[in-house]
Formats: sequence, structure tokens, C-alpha cells
Amino acid sequence: MPNVTVDGTEIEVPEGATVLQACELAGKEIPRFCYHERLSIAGNCRMCLVEVKPGPPKPQASCALPATEGQEIRTDSEMVKKAREGVMEFLLINHPLDCPICDQGGECDLQDQAMAYGRGYTRYDENKRAVTEKYMGPLIKTIMTRCIHCTRCVRFSEEVAGVDEIGALYRGENMQITTYLEQAAEHELSANVIDLCPVGALTSRPYAYEARPWELKKTLSIDVSDAMGSNITLCSRGREVLRVLPRINDEVNEEWITDKARYQVDGLQRRRLDKVFLRKRGKLVEGSWDEAFKAIAKAKPGKSIAAIAGDMVDCETMFAAKALVKASGSDLVESRQTGMDYPTGNLAAVNFNTSFAEIENADAVLIVGSNLRTEAALLNVRIRKAVKRGAKVFVVGPEWETTYPAEFLGDDVSVLGKLPKAVTDAFKDAERPALILGAGGLAAGAYDSALGLVETLGLVKDGWNGFNVVHTAAARMGALMLGFAQDGGIADIAKAKPKLVLALGADEVDWEPFADSLKVYIGHHGDKGAHAADIILPAASYAEKPGSYVNTEGRVQFADKAVFAPGDAREDWTILRALADALKVKVGFDNFAQLRAAMTEEVPALAVEGLADYGSLPKTGKAAKAEGKIAYPIADFYLTNPIARASTTMQRCSAELIHGEDVREAAE
Amino acid sequence: MADRAPAPDTPELRERWGGFVWTDENAEKARTFVSRYPEGRQKSAVMPLLDLAQRQVGAETNTQGWLPLPVIEYIAEYLDMPVIRVLEVATFYTMYNLAPVGRFHVQVCGTTPCMLRGSDDILEACYKRGMVKGSTSEDGLWTLTEVECMGNCATAPMVQINDGNYEDLTPERLDAVLDALAAGKQPKEGTQEPGRHTSEPSGGPTTLKEMVDANHDYRSEW
Ligand code: SF4
Ligand code: FES
Ligand code: FES
Repeated sequence: MPNVTVDGTEIEVPEGATVLQACELAGKEIPRFCYHERLSIAGNCRMCLVEVKPGPPKPQASCALPATEGQEIRTDSEMVKKAREGVMEFLLINHPLDCPICDQGGECDLQDQAMAYGRGYTRYDENKRAVTEKYMGPLIKTIMTRCIHCTRCVRFSEEVAGVDEIGALYRGENMQITTYLEQAAEHELSANVIDLCPVGALTSRPYAYEARPWELKKTLSIDVSDAMGSNITLCSRGREVLRVLPRINDEVNEEWITDKARYQVDGLQRRRLDKVFLRKRGKLVEGSWDEAFKAIAKAKPGKSIAAIAGDMVDCETMFAAKALVKASGSDLVESRQTGMDYPTGNLAAVNFNTSFAEIENADAVLIVGSNLRTEAALLNVRIRKAVKRGAKVFVVGPEWETTYPAEFLGDDVSVLGKLPKAVTDAFKDAERPALILGAGGLAAGAYDSALGLVETLGLVKDGWNGFNVVHTAAARMGALMLGFAQDGGIADIAKAKPKLVLALGADEVDWEPFADSLKVYIGHHGDKGAHAADIILPAASYAEKPGSYVNTEGRVQFADKAVFAPGDAREDWTILRALADALKVKVGFDNFAQLRAAMTEEVPALAVEGLADYGSLPKTGKAAKAEGKIAYPIADFYLTNPIARASTTMQRCSAELIHGEDVREAAE
Repeated sequence: MADRAPAPDTPELRERWGGFVWTDENAEKARTFVSRYPEGRQKSAVMPLLDLAQRQVGAETNTQGWLPLPVIEYIAEYLDMPVIRVLEVATFYTMYNLAPVGRFHVQVCGTTPCMLRGSDDILEACYKRGMVKGSTSEDGLWTLTEVECMGNCATAPMVQINDGNYEDLTPERLDAVLDALAAGKQPKEGTQEPGRHTSEPSGGPTTLKEMVDANHDYRSEW
């Protein structure tokens, strides 16, 4: 490991580190525009110049220079200061300096670094260059005159997203960043370039001119639009969440989030349930809490009560519901809304055991019934990394557009019983083989045969568990940990014909078999569940309550409350608590702390942030034969949940990117 | 150069060029170009292939040739690479024409050495014949572009017309070249200075004179 001296202090840096990294390790700030930890090195902005000896007698780009033994690096010399001022001056030559009307203002690298390292005036008085706006779709707003050609956006789409669509046309002063023929950027992670762009060239279209960063309250939260549990920051002003930004968590979402996680929040303002509603003579009419509770009590459910949880609810809500159901003497709780009924006795068998961070090291991957791009786009990014490192990928299921070379084996689960030789060979040689079973596979009944492959393909090795399940619902793993499941799935509940069904934000349930039950919907959006309900109790969305979530790799994470729920809406657990009083049962908690304490007593793993331990995989006998065509659960990536369906931004994305409507003009 | 932009993507353009495929002869050439690069690196052939395509379009339209968007897409597909990457290459190098050009693409060098040696007069001579910078003459014969240094500074001023360089120009010599081309003849390429062969010093060598006939070791004289 080389030893270098930075501004007079000697430090040891890891093998392969760059001079820039060495300076950072020594606690020195190096200004930069093009360099980004998660992208390849471009070395084209020259902002990171430092003085290095031995070497040519001129400043050098530290981001692209390897640190070697005995280097003497200076970041504080006159040469460096002048170099930075010079680069800054050049960068600003063609920059419009329109900060007062720029959405990046207040969080702009160019602005900050011009303040810290620039000269404060320019000697350039020729005409500036201007570049026409480039259309990049409904999410990315472009003001290309501001672009400083760092190519971060180009590198992101090529390297991380794996969808080569942004490029740099022309050369020199005429260089322009654009997509081919200004087509919309069309992948699930496209809006991450907005965060990457160090200037205001790529900004958020839905958030345009909404707020300045210093006006926003920032709340740490967890994304619920898929089961990845991406770490996010909710930026709110008053009662409104204005935007969502990713938080860095290398174990989970690295530095990215999906477009849905980022942009569904405008749905939090629309189609909200902010009043109590009761169905009277077939019509839902406004009512009071009192009326609603009386009506529920009048149904006299007694033991005949069930709860069905939706895809986005937190553990606390589910626990409160289960406590209520249990206190009434029933155990009818279920979270797999769409009717799946795979066994849930052993949680390791329904968990992503390899962990997201480790899956990058897999060398053979078999995906069964999952379109990762729509179901877990950030996991797909990891698989792409694995492929870049040499992994072979096979997919069982209908074809989808992978962002890496993959071989499709057919769309029937029966393939698992007679895997082609190419697959078995690849797995035989693999040191870290992985199987990824998706919701489509589970629904098609691949659970047993997939588990059977643990033996056959040797998925479990010393220090490596290659059996993985990818869920699509943020609530799923938490629900399973809380025992929110029946052996026969939702069919069991229907069979029991409960008098009272509590639907906790459950919007994908087929309500047909529950025609005789009193259906009480506790949720936040007037979507499918509310339409079917007899009584609607308005509750809080994920942004409006604190809560715990468990992602598909069994990682327990906590989210904070960013804003208050609108109108009469209450946090879910308070509704369930009040309902307990109405039904005259005792649930054993009166406040949130007590609720949490009771929950973690029952499921201790929920008390600790991090990966829960589910023990080892169940022993299986002979691989069971299964048959069934796989269908993916997600038809429209942008409209998978009630919040997204209410969001104008997501609707527009769906119309333009999925259904190919040309809404470009209409938007301007 | 600033006004370079791909010809707009219109239905007519698609109609005219959408069906572009290599001619048999060019298909053979394309295969050769691709085979020059190692397995998995076929993309490296993008530059020769773009040039080949431009020439094929040229042959079809009796011009120097250019690259319509459908042709760029054809190359992308041929090399299995994202079309934006091909467009990046095509827009980077000025030798790829992004819009239709005439029979002869007159590229006048205007960089400092040529300018000092009279490139303004050369341009003037072009204007006199009715050429306009950045556009094609009505008879479809000439397209005029001003370009940067072509590496012929020793024989400045110069113009490049399609594949030939014409150097040591004066307005009269340029006229002679252009007249010949217009008449369907092939004028002599290279220097137009009588008695000069290539870029050797005119009027005989002025330095390293001892080297003319035999090798000479100058080191002792330094
Ligand atoms: S648009 Fe932004 S990210 Fe892309 S090259 Fe320009 S400055 Fe960099
Ligand atoms: S950060 Fe080093 S050149 Fe841009
Ligand atoms: S300056 Fe004209 S060829 Fe070099």
C-alpha cells in the first residue's frame, strides 16, 4: 500500500487509489465535477487539479492519476489555487449565470465551487454560446446552455442503467448532450441523472420552480413503491411532500432510486381519503368517526373478523390489526392480496438470502418468474454488475428487455424440472450460484421446484446462500414476520366467511367472495379497495406516519413521519386502537411506544435495524414437479400502487413511455 | 461547424433511405473492415463503415455522399451498438456529412498558415463562382465549407475537394481546377506550383543541404 504525502502529512492509501482519493483520505476537499464514485473516470472537467511531485511541472487531474509510493501532493499551493481559478473561469465562460431562475440554485456544485474556488470576476466579454433545450421525457427538464459537459449523465445511463440513450454530439465548443432524436429517456432509473448533474442542466420537470432547498424539511424515510426498501429523504414544505431524494446506503439502494419512488409523491395530494365514508343505500356518503364505529359495532362481528393488509403498510399497522383480530378471538390475517399461497413456515425460503450487496459477486444466476426491471429495478442494477464481472444469467419466464446478456429458457415453470445443459454446466462450475424467484414464479407455483434446486444446483455453500425470493410489496416480509398469512392464502379467509373484514390499504384484492362481509377500508387513497368498501376510515400514507418496513432481503428499516395526514385522516394504529374500544376488546397498548414494545416483544427481530436472521432453508425431498405458465405481476411499472395511480406525473409517464402517446406538446 | 446538424427526420427521409443496405461489393468490404478487429470489438469498425456508407450514398446520389439518419441506424444495427453512440461519432468528425452535399465538396482551409498565404482570396474566388458557405449550388455541383487545418500548411493555401487535395493555390489555379472538375476531367492533385513535386521546399533546400546526396553527420557541428 503506497505512502504519499498530502500537504505535508504522510498517509498510507489503499492499493489502486487515485490521488483524489488520497487527498480525501487526508481530509482535504478536492473540488470536482466529472468525477463520481460510482461512475467510470472521465477526467474531462479539470476541476480537480493538484500539484504532484514527481511529475511534470504542471497541475495534474487528481481524479485520473493513480497514487504511487512517495508522491508529494499539494492541494494548497499557489499553483493549485491559480489552476482552480482558471478552470472555474473557463467553465463559466459559456455558463449563463442564471442562478436566480435556476432550480439547482442552493444545491449546485458549480455555484458552490465558484464561491469557494473561483475568482469572482471574468475577463471574457465575447458572446456566450447558447444551446437549445433537448427533450428527455416527462421527468427530466433540460436547460442545456448550463451544461458543463462532465458526461456524468452519459456514463450513468451507459454504465449503471445499462440503457445507452444519452450521448454527447458534436465536439469542442459545440458539444451537446442529448438523447437520440430527443426521444424520452426510457428506463426505470432515468431521473437519477438529475441528482448526478452537477449543474442545473438536468433538473426535475415535475418539481420545476416549486421550492428552494433551504425551504424544505427533510425527513428520513423508506420507499414503499417496491420491496427494495430504498432509503429516501422526503423533502416537504408545510403539509406537502414536494420531492423525494435517494439517501446513500451501499447495502440497499447505493445512491439511486427508481423513477416511481421519486415521483409518485405528487399522488399524495390527489384522490385522498380525508373524510369518513359510509355506504348508505349503495352509495358512499360522508359520515363521522362515531357513526362509523357504531356501524361496525352494530355488525357484532364477535370472532368473525379478518384483516387483509395491502402492499405499502408498515409493520406497526399490521401488528395493531393483528392484535385487534386476535383479541376478538380470530386469527384470520393475510397480506398476499392477490391470492398467492406459498408456504410461509420457513421465512428463509421466502427471503432474498444472498443480500443485495453480495449478489454482485454471483457468478451464475437463474431468474425464475421475475421481470427485475419493473419489480426491483435497483436489484437489476446489481445483477448487471455481476454480469460485468462475468456472471451468466438465465431467465425462466416471458422475455423482457434485460440490460445485460441473458438467456431465456421458456416461460413455463416445468423448465425447472429439466434444465438445459448450458444451465447445469454453468452452475456446476459456479462458486457463487444464485437463484432468484420472483412473484411471477411464486404465483405459478414454482416455490417447491425452486427449493428443490437448492440441492441440485448447489446453491448453498460455505458462507454463501444463493436462494433468493424477490417480492414486489414493501409490506410483504414484515407481514410474514408478523405471521400475517394463512396456509391457503386469501382463499382461507374467504372460506371462513368473516362478518367483518378490515382492509388495510388493500387495493388488489378480489372482493367477490366477500360479498356478505362488512368491508372496512382503512387506507389513504380512493382506489380499488375504497370503491369496494362499506365503510372507509381515512388513514395515513407512508409519508404521514412513523413505521418499520422490512425489505425483500429481510432488512428491518425505520421511516419517520414527514407531514400530517390531510383532513380527518389519522395514523392507522390509532384507528385500530379506537376500533378495539368500539368492539369492546383489549389490544394491550394505548400509545405508539407501547405498540412498538408489544410488537418487538412478539417479533424481536423487528427491534433491530438491519438484516433479520431467518435460520436455514427447509430440507426438501425430491424436487417437486410443477407446471404453469409464468405471468409477471406488473403490467405498467408506473401505476403499481394507489399513490402512483393518483400521481399525475406517473400517469403521464405511463401514457408516454408505456403507451407511447405523444404528450410532448401538451406539456410545454 | 456550429451549424452542423443531422438532416431532419422526416417521412420523406425515411422513405428514401429507410431501405438502405450494403451493395454486394460494399457488404464484402464491410465484412473486411469488421474482421480487422478482435472478436467482441466489432464496434471499432464504426468509422470505416460510416465512411463506406457515406460513399455508397454518394454513389447513389452522384454526390460526395452524406449520412441520412436511417443509414446511421443501419450501421448501428449492423455493429449491434446503440445508435446514439454511432451518431456521436458521425457528429464528432466533420468528414462525415450530416446533410446532403453537392457533386464536389469544396473544403477551403482557413486556418492561420493558409490564411496568411491567401485563403481569403481563395474563398473570394469561390464566392465569385456563386458558391455560398454552408450550402450547395443550384446546379448541385458545389458545396462550399470552410474547414480547419488539413495538415498541408507547407503548401498553403489549399482546398480539399472530395478525396483530393489541391495545394499552392491562387485564385486562377483554383479556377482551373474547378473548371476541369466541372468539365468532368480529373485535374492533377497535390501542389499546383509548376516544378514542385510535393511539399519539398520550393526553390531547392534551404537547410540540411549536405543531406541531399548522401547521409551527413551534423552532430560534430552543433
Ligand atoms: S447535462 Fe449535466 S450531467 Fe450531463 S454532461 Fe451536462 S453537466 Fe454533466
Ligand atoms: S474531477 Fe478530475 S477532471 Fe473532472
Ligand atoms: S493551415 Fe491550411 S492546411 Fe494547415
